[in-house]
Amino acid sequence: MAPPKSRNPGYSRKAQFSLFTGYVAAGLGALVGGLVLIVALVNPGAFSGTRGLASDVARPIGEIGAEGRVGAQGLFGAIAGYFEAGSKNARLKEENEIARVRLAEAQAVKAENARLKALLGLQEDEVKPVTVARLIGSTSASTRRFAFLSVGRAQGVHPGMPVRSPHGLVGRVLEAGTHSARVLLLTDSESLVPVRRAQDDVVAFAEGRADGTLRLRLVNLGINPMKRGDVFVTSGAGGLYRPGIAVAIVDKVTRDGGIARVLSDPAATDFVVVDPIWQPKAREIVNGPREPLAE
Amino acid sequence: MEYRLGSRHSGQGSQINRAHSPLVALVVPWASIVLASLFPLLPLIASMPISPPMGFMMLLAWRLVRPGLLPIWAGFPLGLIDDLFSGQPFGCAILVWSLTLIALDVIETRFPWRGFLQDWLVASAAIASYILVCAFIAGSWNIGLPTILAPQLVLSILFYPLIGRLVAFLDRLRLRRFRTIG
Repeated sequence: MAPPKSRNPGYSRKAQFSLFTGYVAAGLGALVGGLVLIVALVNPGAFSGTRGLASDVARPIGEIGAEGRVGAQGLFGAIAGYFEAGSKNARLKEENEIARVRLAEAQAVKAENARLKALLGLQEDEVKPVTVARLIGSTSASTRRFAFLSVGRAQGVHPGMPVRSPHGLVGRVLEAGTHSARVLLLTDSESLVPVRRAQDDVVAFAEGRADGTLRLRLVNLGINPMKRGDVFVTSGAGGLYRPGIAVAIVDKVTRDGGIARVLSDPAATDFVVVDPIWQPKAREIVNGPREPLAE
Repeated sequence: MEYRLGSRHSGQGSQINRAHSPLVALVVPWASIVLASLFPLLPLIASMPISPPMGFMMLLAWRLVRPGLLPIWAGFPLGLIDDLFSGQPFGCAILVWSLTLIALDVIETRFPWRGFLQDWLVASAAIASYILVCAFIAGSWNIGLPTILAPQLVLSILFYPLIGRLVAFLDRLRLRRFRTIG
């Protein structure tokens, strides 16, 4: 293929100048990009307003897509069920999975109750969800793991609020626009959730690894008590997530903790629930008034 | 081909009462890259980076299939839009896309006569360095990087010729003649 002729402008002064201006503009563009990137790396929340506006504008596209995704998944699920052992098998498997998660959560609640009974007079209210919404997309090409949500500040969604599905915790709201929000998924490398084992008080941190798994790091080092198949739930430390939401199941035990699979695969999630921040007062005291909840 | 069809026909169809639309010719490349940048809004929700960087690959394909069409400063506005949706730190695409266009210009000066294989090679190198640099900027440098990025990398490189085909089709659309009166 022959090279384009635009490179050699000949004797035309105008063409020479416009070619030169193009190179200057490109160089300036790269420079400005570099500066903006530095600002964004130093202060991650700096452009959240712009991003919120953009995802508000593009939200209808995502909504249509989300409906299509649910429909297509239903179709694929039915086909897969037919080929495996009838659609009943697939449904029962899913029910069994939910039941297992529920059981682990119930155990966590039981342990929680026992603890609360010890502290007489301490009453805990049922948490009322802020809103129910759809996940309408995710940053599937970047190593940062974000998802987009179809609700925003107009529906009462604010940064810091936990997002969960029937299977367990999905992540937390990082930025909120008027009608859309950006969710930091559990698997993002900057996501850190305090967890404990469902049946007892082995506490750990669940840290995202960007590849769909979590690294569980024990708080108390020593003999590693984890076993394959242990379910971890949120511990309530930090005041962001209420205790007892299922998070992950241990897949591999390592020297200082384990590698765990996230229980609520966001790809298989239809609707998610946005919960209020569990202890907003405590958060404020811990973080101080200056520090925003995001990042 | 042109000769046999006669002067009333060109590669874009009959010429009688038909003319190019300047609007379509101008809008199609930019619009297709912006649409590709909106890819994260598609219903694919992944728990690891798997899909190719569509916006960047579209830019590459337009630059390589139709050199001279996009101005060399196009990386700034297009990268800005991509940054709004990609999930990378803001400014990442502005910087990298601008640098890519400048680099492609340099490569074109060095190797002016090109073929499909060379284009694919250049695109593969650009995509690979883009994915690695983006992972570095996003701060995911320490966590088992090869295992995370390898599937995405292979998929993107194998996917590039298809995008090139798509761009060639869009280019034919861009130069389509529409019926005009008078």
